[in-house]
Amino acid sequence: MNKPNRYVEWLLSVPTYVWLIVFFVFPTFIILWIGFKPATLNGGIDEGWTLQNYREIFSSNYTPILLRTLSISIWTTVICILIAIPVGYWLARLPARIRYWMLLLVILPFWTNMLIRIFAWKTILHPEGFIKNSLVFLGIVEPNATLLYNEGSILIVLVYTYLPFAILPIYAAAEKFDFGLLDAAADLGARSWEAFLRVFIPGIKLGLITAVLIVFIPALGSYAIPDIMGGSTSEMLGNKIAQRTFTDRNLPQASALASLFAVVVMTPVLVYQIRRSLQ
Amino acid sequence: MRNRPNIPGFIAITVLVFFYLPIFYLVMQSFNEARFGGPWRGFSLQWYALLFDRPEVWRAVRNTLIVALSSTAISTVLGTLAAWCLHHYRSRLQQSHYVLVYAPLVFPDLLMGISLLLLFINLGYPLGLGTVILAHITFCISYVAFVVLGRLQDFDYNLIEASQDLGAGWATIIYRVLLPVMGPGILAGALLALTLSIDDFIITFFVSGPTSATLPLYVFGMMKQGSPTIINALCTLFMLATFSIVIWGQRYLYRR
Repeated sequence: MNKPNRYVEWLLSVPTYVWLIVFFVFPTFIILWIGFKPATLNGGIDEGWTLQNYREIFSSNYTPILLRTLSISIWTTVICILIAIPVGYWLARLPARIRYWMLLLVILPFWTNMLIRIFAWKTILHPEGFIKNSLVFLGIVEPNATLLYNEGSILIVLVYTYLPFAILPIYAAAEKFDFGLLDAAADLGARSWEAFLRVFIPGIKLGLITAVLIVFIPALGSYAIPDIMGGSTSEMLGNKIAQRTFTDRNLPQASALASLFAVVVMTPVLVYQIRRSLQ
Repeated sequence: MRNRPNIPGFIAITVLVFFYLPIFYLVMQSFNEARFGGPWRGFSLQWYALLFDRPEVWRAVRNTLIVALSSTAISTVLGTLAAWCLHHYRSRLQQSHYVLVYAPLVFPDLLMGISLLLLFINLGYPLGLGTVILAHITFCISYVAFVVLGRLQDFDYNLIEASQDLGAGWATIIYRVLLPVMGPGILAGALLALTLSIDDFIITFFVSGPTSATLPLYVFGMMKQGSPTIINALCTLFMLATFSIVIWGQRYLYRR
């Protein structure tokens, strides 16, 4: 029984195994490798080895971009989580029938293309758009102020894009939470916000961790949102990687940036996730 | 509790308004006669007419369909095989297999895009529809595998042994037992792959060639230069298409 099974197992596993090694693992090593190669002037990759690409990254030129990427991503994550917690709580406490429809309403925008969402915001924040007009009408902004092409507009669209991703894992955790515990805490004299912070929040911890990862990592690697919503002074890591790849055709520099991103961010995440899923 | 303001409820309703307002505004603007959007000037379908006159739009639609259908077909087969192995076997091989299938899910699109681009450049493989399809298969496999794997958790292996006892061969078992039981899961995985492939922008942006622009790439190009009203019309139709797939899929999959 065991021997033929083993053979069948190999046969069935080989297609995905080989595919993912060729098109996922191997390419990842290619960027790590090319990051240590010198660039030629005509956009190629030279012989030999160098640390120049990494020296460049740690020189002061890149510091503002790396810091901005980090801070915009952290802000996005914090805002998404702070909004997603009450929404997840609200969804989990709804009666089952209404909950299904509300959940569908939360998920639906996730199915619209990211570019469409970005473009919708660009229209709204446009100098002739209705948010700008309303704000001018209310006297909140100057008529010649611009709402587009800055870090704020990037942040709004990042939150808009990743909020459903934050709500879902938090809702999934809240749905399994025993709300009787909140009543118990109240009976023991806890105020409702105290019970919320000290019983509910620890109760949905795993959902929170998933939500943080699911928002933070794509935010760090965002390209289209800062490219369309941001200006030249609000570039993020993704823009730099794309610019080095397509505009300057400096593939080793782009690889070094991508490798840094992959190693620094992905290693802890992968180790954490793999250990959790193998348990 | 009863007379207190419902703070989470208030936040949730605000969030839903925040979610839908931009989308409704965009759809509304696509019917606005005004040239640059802005205030309402009356209902008009002229932007749709202009859109349909552009041959590049049709080429982008064709490319999107070619890429989405072929990568869905291949990734569904591969992902289903992977799910079956992960579910059915417990071995060292499957532990590493699991990691391999799992990792692309948490890998940022941007990194997958640039690493595949460098792979194709190093192999000297010309960028075009072929490279886009290879890339799409790669990211779709994991999604299909995990959706099918989720459905397989309820699968009772005794069914297979029972049919073997009743004299069924492997072909019969696959056709009469496995596919009917796994069917909804496979279909769900395939639909997810289809929508992910139609929607993908970043990975396609890196690995596509000059003639292989898909719809999202075309929309991106238009956003950089072009009439915003035509983009509104294109986005509205694009959204209608994805929503139909999702709603059709939901109805089909959750009917028991």
